[in-house]
Amino acid sequence: MPRLSPPFEQRARDLIGLYPHPRSALVPILHLLQEQDGYLTEDGMAHVAELLDLAPAEVRGTATFYDMFHFEPVGKYLVAVCTNIACMLQGAYRLLDHAEERLGIAPGGTTEDGMFTLEDAECLALCGNGPCVTVNWRYFGDLDPDGFDALIDDLRAGRLDDEVPPHGTLGRVRRSVGTPGTEARVATEARTDGHSPAPAGAEPAAAAPAGAGQQGARPPVTLDTHRSTAAVSSVDAAHLEGLQ
Amino acid sequence: MTITDAPRIVSSRLRRPRSWTLESYLAGGGYDGLRAALAMTPQQVHDHVNTANILGRGGAGFEAGRKWGMLRKALPVYLTINGDESEPATFKDHALIEGDPHQLIEGALICAYAIAADQVFLYVRGEFALAIERLQAALNEAYAYGAVGANIFGGDFSVDVVVHPGAGAYICGEETALLESLEGKRGYPRIKPPYFPAAIGLYGAPTIVNNVETVSNLPWLMLHGGDEYAALGEGRSKGTKMLALAGHVKRPGNYELEWAKVSFRELIYDPRLGGGIRDDNELKAFIPGGVSSPWLGPEHLDVLLANDAIAAVGSMAGSGSVVAMDHTACPVRAAWRIVRFFHRESCGQCTPCREGGGWLEKILERIETGQGREADLDLLMDVCDNISPGVTWPPAQTTICVLGPSMPPSVAAGIRMFRDEYLAHVREGRCPFPPDRLPRRLSRV
Ligand SMILES: Cc1cc2nc3c(=O)[nH]c(=O)nc-3n(C[C@H](O)[C@H](O)[C@H](O)COP(=O)(O)O)c2cc1C
Ligand code: SF4
Repeated sequence: MPRLSPPFEQRARDLIGLYPHPRSALVPILHLLQEQDGYLTEDGMAHVAELLDLAPAEVRGTATFYDMFHFEPVGKYLVAVCTNIACMLQGAYRLLDHAEERLGIAPGGTTEDGMFTLEDAECLALCGNGPCVTVNWRYFGDLDPDGFDALIDDLRAGRLDDEVPPHGTLGRVRRSVGTPGTEARVATEARTDGHSPAPAGAEPAAAAPAGAGQQGARPPVTLDTHRSTAAVSSVDAAHLEGLQ
Repeated sequence: MTITDAPRIVSSRLRRPRSWTLESYLAGGGYDGLRAALAMTPQQVHDHVNTANILGRGGAGFEAGRKWGMLRKALPVYLTINGDESEPATFKDHALIEGDPHQLIEGALICAYAIAADQVFLYVRGEFALAIERLQAALNEAYAYGAVGANIFGGDFSVDVVVHPGAGAYICGEETALLESLEGKRGYPRIKPPYFPAAIGLYGAPTIVNNVETVSNLPWLMLHGGDEYAALGEGRSKGTKMLALAGHVKRPGNYELEWAKVSFRELIYDPRLGGGIRDDNELKAFIPGGVSSPWLGPEHLDVLLANDAIAAVGSMAGSGSVVAMDHTACPVRAAWRIVRFFHRESCGQCTPCREGGGWLEKILERIETGQGREADLDLLMDVCDNISPGVTWPPAQTTICVLGPSMPPSVAAGIRMFRDEYLAHVREGRCPFPPDRLPRRLSRV
């Protein structure tokens, strides 16, 4: 069972450098671990515990609080159907029924080919486009059963690879700088206090340019939404009229 | 002023092409608000916020200026922006972060300057993947532009900003749970007192927690001043408000409207706003301020969207999300879904919330599937009374946070407004509403 690979470990150390206390980096690092393996492995969590000087139980105990973390392998695509009040009023449960039939699994299940895991989700905050679904946390709104089928076909055929990265990849954009301001300030304060400058956490976070792939081919980062639904689509378009 | 005349303070740029980029933001005067703020003293910035009387947009409606004034004098000071938006049917912050991340960063920087924050954390709900990416990209651009980091715009003020993703837990929106989460722990709300993170917050240091929409108001405020802001709205409710309208309306969506000038009738029926109820059905009830607020009925349509006006009829403005239900909506099913949410999201520290939620969910499920008894109505109210004694509004609290007391309103309001429909479920042994809308999970039971 894998630990964090060296490039991922470096990214974890960079995250630790951003916070006044290392433990604050725990949740972001667990997202990295999930990006690497698709779920949280025991060995991976033990490695995270080492990095943060925590007991493995503290890492696991924190991780289990959060719904986005998985402790068993899930499909390549995690399909979450919102069933909360706004989507329910727009027919979300019929959509969930349809999704169960189409994929042949109940919520919580994974298709035999390992492609899809289905979830019955709480409100995903795209209520102006209900019923809505997320796939690996990329949003698709106004879905009827036909729209759902088309989505599944597109995913299977790889037609959405640029907008929907594999499960676990939360943010494809990396931070480009460390925390230079804080370092400057810590140094200034230390000087006025008469103390020597405290080392600002770990090493200054290395600049990892956005989109610079360290572990082989990564799909290009698009921040546009050609196929998925942007949250701003629910903002009244009449707002634009007053602009020009 | 007509409905659409008021300026869009926070949403004006949201749908511009590539609105999330620095290029687009600067073309619309971006970061001029921060420059204006840096030309003032922190106290002057704070004074504008006090004059504007900006109420917190995260749900509680606490005056931002007053909160900042409560900061304990100690170092370091932290600012945490609450972007955990997970309250069902609330979807304004999602749009604000994704559509105008630079505005959020600029607003947070203005606040950081006013309170002399040492570091800023932008806590964003983990599920908002695209929003997190656009915000991080915007932050990278802002660093390169010199708006963040050491010696901002060549001046004396330095501050760092960190984008921090959550990982799926509604309770982390509660500010003390959010701080626990940001410390790398389980998101358990802290026992009060201390009531205010401004005294004891992140790592025990004085911390201001403000909502995304709250600070997104600040760039405009710096350019136009507190008086111009306060000229909009009425009474305590100044400025504009993002209203997230969902449910059985023809045009669900986010509408930024002047506070205290628009009624629920206008929001739901005006052709430029909600456009009326789908299929021109009859409005049955609406939830005025997030699913923790007590429901209102058609007789309340002329109530103005303003904190005091909504409080006067026994509910709350909350985070500004409005859910309309037409005559085909089943009040039992709606209450069941809302309670099920709170039960799933309960952190489990307090017995009334952890256990009471499960009881309410089970009893409502029994009624919805036609297995209920008449006595279940009293039983529901009894459980509600155990969670929040008296089942009043604002709610009495026996729990560490108000997630628990958020469960009774939809049950109690439903029973009060639609007692006959609850009883019809019991008498007919089935749900009298269209079966095609019945969750299969329930119909199987
Ligand atoms: C259960 C619960 C969930 C909450 N969720 C959020 C949230 O998602 N976003 C938010 O800004 N405030 C939320 N709040 C309110 C926060 O505790 C806090 O009042 C707010 O972030 C303060 O910012 P403001 O004064 O700018 O509104 C929640 C409160 C409770 C009790
Ligand atoms: S009321 Fe519920 S969510 Fe809040 S602290 Fe208690 S158990 Fe947790």
